[in-house]
Amino acid sequence: MKRAVSVEQIMRNVVYALLPICGWSIYQFGISALALILVTTLSCILTEAFFNWMSDRPNSLGDYSVAITGLLLALTLPPGFPLWMAAVAGFIGVGLGKSLFGGLGYNVMNPALIGRAFVQAAFPVAITTCTPSFAPGRFLEFIPSSLALPFMSPVDTSDWVREHTIDSFSGATPLALQKFEHITVDTMDLLTGSVAGSVGETSALLIFVCGLYLAARKMMNLRIPAGIFTTTIVLTLPLYLMNPEVYPSPQFMLFSGGLMLGAMFMATDMVASPLTPRGLWLYGAVIGFLTVIIRLYGGLTEGVMYAILVANALSPLIGSITQPRVYGETRDGRGKGAES
Amino acid sequence: MKRLQMGFLNFLTKRKTFPHGIHPLEHKELTAQLKIRRLPFAHRMIIPLSQHRGAPSLPIVKVGQEVVRGEPIAEAGGFVSVPMHSPVTGVVRAVNELVATPEGPKARAIIIETYAGSRQEVLFEGYRDIDTMSPQELVQAVQDAGMVGLGGAAFPSHVKLLPPEGKKIDTLVVNGCECEPYLTCDHRIMLEQTEKLIRGIRMVMKATGAQRAIIGVEDNKLDAVTQIREKLPADSGISCEAVETKYPQGAEKMLITSLLGKEVPSGGIPADIGVAVYNVGTLAQLGELIPKGRGLIERVVTLSGPGVEKPGNYLVPIGTPLRFLLEQVGAKCDAGEVILGGPMMGMAVASLDVAITKGVSGVVVYKPQEEDLKPRTVFPCIKCGECLSACPVRLNPAMLGQLAGVREYELMETDYHLNDCFECGCCSYVCPSNIPLTQYFRIAKAINREAKIIG
Repeated sequence: MKRAVSVEQIMRNVVYALLPICGWSIYQFGISALALILVTTLSCILTEAFFNWMSDRPNSLGDYSVAITGLLLALTLPPGFPLWMAAVAGFIGVGLGKSLFGGLGYNVMNPALIGRAFVQAAFPVAITTCTPSFAPGRFLEFIPSSLALPFMSPVDTSDWVREHTIDSFSGATPLALQKFEHITVDTMDLLTGSVAGSVGETSALLIFVCGLYLAARKMMNLRIPAGIFTTTIVLTLPLYLMNPEVYPSPQFMLFSGGLMLGAMFMATDMVASPLTPRGLWLYGAVIGFLTVIIRLYGGLTEGVMYAILVANALSPLIGSITQPRVYGETRDGRGKGAES
Repeated sequence: MKRLQMGFLNFLTKRKTFPHGIHPLEHKELTAQLKIRRLPFAHRMIIPLSQHRGAPSLPIVKVGQEVVRGEPIAEAGGFVSVPMHSPVTGVVRAVNELVATPEGPKARAIIIETYAGSRQEVLFEGYRDIDTMSPQELVQAVQDAGMVGLGGAAFPSHVKLLPPEGKKIDTLVVNGCECEPYLTCDHRIMLEQTEKLIRGIRMVMKATGAQRAIIGVEDNKLDAVTQIREKLPADSGISCEAVETKYPQGAEKMLITSLLGKEVPSGGIPADIGVAVYNVGTLAQLGELIPKGRGLIERVVTLSGPGVEKPGNYLVPIGTPLRFLLEQVGAKCDAGEVILGGPMMGMAVASLDVAITKGVSGVVVYKPQEEDLKPRTVFPCIKCGECLSACPVRLNPAMLGQLAGVREYELMETDYHLNDCFECGCCSYVCPSNIPLTQYFRIAKAINREAKIIG
């Protein structure tokens, strides 16, 4: 006898859950976002196919896991990110982060985040250049930086931004505004996503709902996001109450930047997260803790990516210290049978 | 949909249950309403000498000897062993014949040819008054009857009546869960043999000194609960409880936890916490056989599954060849798979020449085109954790599976409690990567056992 749910079905449903987020980002940022999503997904798929061919492994594209990596990677990049850099991110993410470890099931860290971490280090300017959302004509023309030639620096987008926006656009994400200028963006804007930011991390509400779909289908474990949110709130609330001028409010922390996408779709990558129920809480708590520390005290505006990568690395350890208590095991950790 | 409704009811009525487990499709509707019927006798009976846990029985008949239905043909080979009785009136054709078994290796058996003209009456019996028998006499009578656990484990029943030195049985747990899909023989026994069941319970309570008995029945058999409750005598110390329908509710340790809220120590037996567990089928047979002084020669078997034309519950003489049985119920030889026991824990047979033994509670036949039989791609473990939330003994099957993949069998036992696994199959059932975890664990245990024997 066998339950019907299979790996392909789980992975396909994750793709389904990501599609509305992609749709919203395309609506928000236009063809640049669409091109970015296509390029990263294609780059990831080709990389996996290439490594499968190199290592004589059977075709693994049918399990949809590499498509998830591609979509997720695009969602973490800024909309005007040069497409060739996005392709590099996809190659590094799947190649270094997944295929070299042995493919699906063997990756230590989330491949999409590996890709992003690489381009963050390699192209620090491009990855922090944000362009305004809902630019007029976004469905007809690319953001100029998108089309940079391979191995060429993208053109400066500030002129383009000035042309296209009525209001003065600072080019800063809500997190950067808060961190460096202490301007807090309205929570409502964060929820609906009418803010600047990476392609797919703007609408916290949409991401949350899509995540809930997966959880409802029992294809995602809600313990991880719950652990992340709880820790974030618990850590930031006292600081905020002490000094609201400097420290952001907990709701701002939750809904800004990549936290929602990270918590719902990145940290919940089954392969790189612990197995045990208690381990999942602990893993979430580690991510929440590191995110808050990096965001509030680090030099970066955004900490979710590194927080998840570090927690990924810790997850085998977390797993081994949170083994479940086996049925009939006595309190000193040994059952009757262990004596013999 | 059915499952949703059941879950909803459970929430309202707060059925007793255990954590984790799974809800496979039950398919019990095929046979649940069908009364127990008798089948013709097969021409040739195969009685393996090792149908139970423990030492094999020792034959006491010779080739060519005539035997009467119910006559002892083999004696117990030790304390943890039981005698065998002839299921038919006929003539012994072979002793120590090597025959096929569901487990694989061939085993010794007595072959009896049935007399076609015989009326097949049980003549070999001696009436006894169980009320005047002492506990010791009862234990001996249970062994003499050749009784083993009929739920599937086939552990000699009398052994459980005598708890180890220093242990005392205070509670008798009666297992009427029948959590395996397709099987309904225990359900029918509870409905049709209620008096015998209660007689058996009282006998075991007397023999063990247990003060109370609790009958645990899954709540998909509420008609059985009602019927048993109606017939229970007042002040007998016996009660009947409905528990949640969930696999593996009928596992001894799970049912104890559901009913009593206690856990059997890891590596221990129920007697360690003062409990003895008996299957309803076993107790009903005890209630039938002991007063008459008869031996166990037949049992109720559920014959079901998509490959059976006339599914039902049949009273089958022990030793009936499986092939004969399948012919009787219209199962075709092109069956895709034949499973002895239930589909979750039962064993698929490689040969139809095996016999129905004392521990076979059901035969499930699948057609070749059955979805469950199609080969599935095995993916690497994606560490989804489904197996951890399914495992009723709260093991870490994913970790165990990975260790089995790299042949760390000893580590599986020392650090990850391999020996607490009772192979219920929940982990394999839920695994989205189709990893045959339970099979891995069986192999690992076998290798560890061998390693210990070698030294």
